[in-house]
Amino acid sequence: MSSVEDRDQTPISTDEEERQLRAVWANPSGWRYWTSVNNTQIGLWYAATAFLFMLFAGVLALLVRAQLAVPENDLLSADFFNQAFTLHGTVMMFLFAVPIFEAVAIFLLPPMLGARELPFPRLSAFGFWSFLLGGVFVCGSIFFDAAPNTGWFMYPPLATDKQYSGIGADIWLLGLSFIEVASIAAAVELIVGIMKCRAPGMRINMMPLFAWYLLIVAGMILFAFPPLIAGDILFEMERMFDWPFFDAGRGGDPLLWQHLFWIFGHPEVYIIFLPAIALMAMIVPTFAQRPIIGYSWIVLAAVGTGFLSFGLWVHHMFTTGLPQISLAFFSAASEAVAIPTGVQIFVFIATMLAGRVIPSVPMLFGGGGLVIFVVGGLTGVMVALVPIDWQAHDTYFIVAHLHYVLIGGMLFPVVAGIYYYYPLINARKLSDRMGKIAFWLMFSGFNIAFFPMHFAGLRGMPRRVFTYPADVGWDWFNMISTVGAFVFATGIAIVVVDVLRPKHRQPKGEANPWNAGTLEWISEPEENWGVRSIPIIKSRYPLWDQPGLRDDIAKGRFYLPGAVEGYRETLVTSVLDAEPIQCLRVGGTSYLTILSAMALGGVFVAITFHWWIITALCAAAFLAFVIGWLWTGTAIPPEKAEKDVGLGLSLPLYVSGPASVGWWAMFITLVGDGTAFGSLVFGYFFYWTIHDDFTAGLAGPGLKWPLVALGLFASAWIAMVAARSVNRGHRTRDMRVLVLCALMLTLLGGAAALAGPLLTQMDPTEHVYPAIVWVLVLWLVSHAAVGVVMQLYCLARSFFGRLTATHDIDLVNVVLYWHFLTITALTTLGVIGLFPAMR
Amino acid sequence: MRIFPRDLETLWTLFTAPVVWAVHFLACYLTVAIHCAKGGGERQFAMLQFVLGGVTLAALATIAISAFLAWRQWGFGTTDPPHDDPTEEARKLFQGFATLLLSALSFVAVLFVATPLLAIDGCFS
Repeated sequence: MSSVEDRDQTPISTDEEERQLRAVWANPSGWRYWTSVNNTQIGLWYAATAFLFMLFAGVLALLVRAQLAVPENDLLSADFFNQAFTLHGTVMMFLFAVPIFEAVAIFLLPPMLGARELPFPRLSAFGFWSFLLGGVFVCGSIFFDAAPNTGWFMYPPLATDKQYSGIGADIWLLGLSFIEVASIAAAVELIVGIMKCRAPGMRINMMPLFAWYLLIVAGMILFAFPPLIAGDILFEMERMFDWPFFDAGRGGDPLLWQHLFWIFGHPEVYIIFLPAIALMAMIVPTFAQRPIIGYSWIVLAAVGTGFLSFGLWVHHMFTTGLPQISLAFFSAASEAVAIPTGVQIFVFIATMLAGRVIPSVPMLFGGGGLVIFVVGGLTGVMVALVPIDWQAHDTYFIVAHLHYVLIGGMLFPVVAGIYYYYPLINARKLSDRMGKIAFWLMFSGFNIAFFPMHFAGLRGMPRRVFTYPADVGWDWFNMISTVGAFVFATGIAIVVVDVLRPKHRQPKGEANPWNAGTLEWISEPEENWGVRSIPIIKSRYPLWDQPGLRDDIAKGRFYLPGAVEGYRETLVTSVLDAEPIQCLRVGGTSYLTILSAMALGGVFVAITFHWWIITALCAAAFLAFVIGWLWTGTAIPPEKAEKDVGLGLSLPLYVSGPASVGWWAMFITLVGDGTAFGSLVFGYFFYWTIHDDFTAGLAGPGLKWPLVALGLFASAWIAMVAARSVNRGHRTRDMRVLVLCALMLTLLGGAAALAGPLLTQMDPTEHVYPAIVWVLVLWLVSHAAVGVVMQLYCLARSFFGRLTATHDIDLVNVVLYWHFLTITALTTLGVIGLFPAMR
Repeated sequence: MRIFPRDLETLWTLFTAPVVWAVHFLACYLTVAIHCAKGGGERQFAMLQFVLGGVTLAALATIAISAFLAWRQWGFGTTDPPHDDPTEEARKLFQGFATLLLSALSFVAVLFVATPLLAIDGCFS
């Protein structure tokens, strides 16, 4: 790799390079602006939308507090109260806490990593539009008196009771499933972006801590959200078609939902908390004006918390009557997670002690948030102990605990992040004075609102009651809480005013107003290109340690200084040492992302109201848009094999297999998909454990058809692997024949898989055993159907000359899908066919 | 031929010890949950404690090996953190140190999770 100094001759002028870059990265004008896929726009839209949802949910919370201010109040009806607190929790968790970090990450990561863009900008845009549509659908329901009303965790049998929960439960299940798609899309984008798109030289020991945290969080999303999607599928099948997964009368069990929900729900707390701490890990060194102390310790804490957080879910179920020994395992793990959590806080304290802290609004919010979080952490250690939890469960003590954790661990750091990063959006700082007033209102208001809830809870006040009698000693606590909530809300309103007030009279500030050391501060708010040229990184705090870096980047003295061919390009580097391996052309402005999101949204909305024809039409439209998107935007053979990216380096423009970003995206998506499938299999064995005879004496799918199907799927897999191999040997015709054979075998395999339960006339509404068998078979068959579409796509690409021996991304990725499909077939057919015979 | 590779040229080794924790956790929880759900007797429970004790020792041993490999990659502590030089060497030292820390955390977490096996002698639903 040549050094910067070696590069002295550019064939075109700097101005010309800038003109090219500006043209390539420009946002469309007029209404087409909304078709932009640029990470800066998507990040901002995403964040603004999440914030609006937060304000909406905040208003619901104020309604709840107003109702509870005095005993026997009749401001809200019981049913509206139920809708308000359910939607408050749901919106805060699903539409604010998780998406706001996807938003911040999409906005910040490219400049922070020294990349032009994340690898799949259209996927980010698709995720945003899905989130917006799903969010409006869920929030809007309350205006039609149709919001979910059974608590944000939707426990059956209350939530499966159609009479009580109405359509609200369907809106929750389907609206949020749609949003979970957006979260998983973001997880794919973030993992691939962080692992493969860092600036050259940014080895893993140099990565900004924010990126480390987000990498872990994205990995957690991949394992936490799919169990909920699996649970949603079972839940909706019960509500829509009367398949009795949670109906104890027909062999089901409501506890399975609680398991699946909390396998998602507890890691979710850390999915929310870790990115907030990640913001602190960027802010604290800046205001201590020194590198963080204990970089490796932070990595330990992030990874450790990521893992341990998956061993805590049953601590939400301590009162469900599980064996005490089981509870004890989860209690122990819940205590253990305090270790990595504490490490992070000590690292921040050590960094502040070792540096000289500059007082500022971001530090005020960050520090105040940590104080609140520590209080919530301490009550967390308390309720992780089974005997205390038995007393505190379902009381306001828990309400206090969870708000201390979430508001201290998430909302305060987010506001710190807004004050810290605002100059990156608008080149101006927010007001220090308003920030301080907002902080003290929020900090005091928060404690006034939530501290008394500990006492109300210890005095026995249960959660989710819409009113209470006057003579039980809860009055004053509730009145104080309500006053505090409004003080807190005033603080938030001041932050909103500060962000929204016009600032064009305020002079533009300097580019790096806090004198931060990390790379995101080279970003220029007026430009869309992310970084003017992609630098070589030699430090964890390059702006402190690499003199002249800003100037060298701005003058285009590093990689990819222009866009000669008129494409949006960024560098792909190796995972560990960030050595350049590819020049990646990313997708540009497109309306296909919005159309795909709208079509998919249509599917979910139409299912909610049982409009089956519209569902089918929307599904067909979605398929068409996605294929159009893939066909026109992915795996395009470039006009030349390599490109000079500057500094004497030439990189390939087309890479397939594990070196390519598309392969990783497929792999990561399939890991998430596999987790959802694993959760369904878990359900199958769960029913086996709770019954003496889980088949209830009913006929199973038998052995013959499952084994025939297995043989067919395995043959299809062999044909696909062979097709990939012959294609590399330039035997195009053989490849097409093999893919066609695999396609036929897959169709036959799907039919054989269905034949088992069909021919033995398994009725899924009769008992949970046929229902769970049918769900597994349908999962397999629908994946096989997707596989058939992929095979047809590969054949078409081959006939149109876009899939060749040297340009085989499509086929390699489809074969990767086939590995997973084969594992799914093996597991499904093995479990439903062999297990009943073996037990 | 080496039994253990000299250099850990992958990111995944970082996750070895926590994965062992996760496997151990699931082994303990699932075994006991199935035993209790299927109405297992007290004598079988004693056997279960014994077996899971063995699983715990195996998990601790695996983590100890992972820790040793990490310690070796870290140069047995001959250099101090922060390991922030722009070199492959510093990157390897960082990986070694971070893996060692994670091994320590996982070791303690396995002990935490195994403690109930010593203290609780039955299902007690």
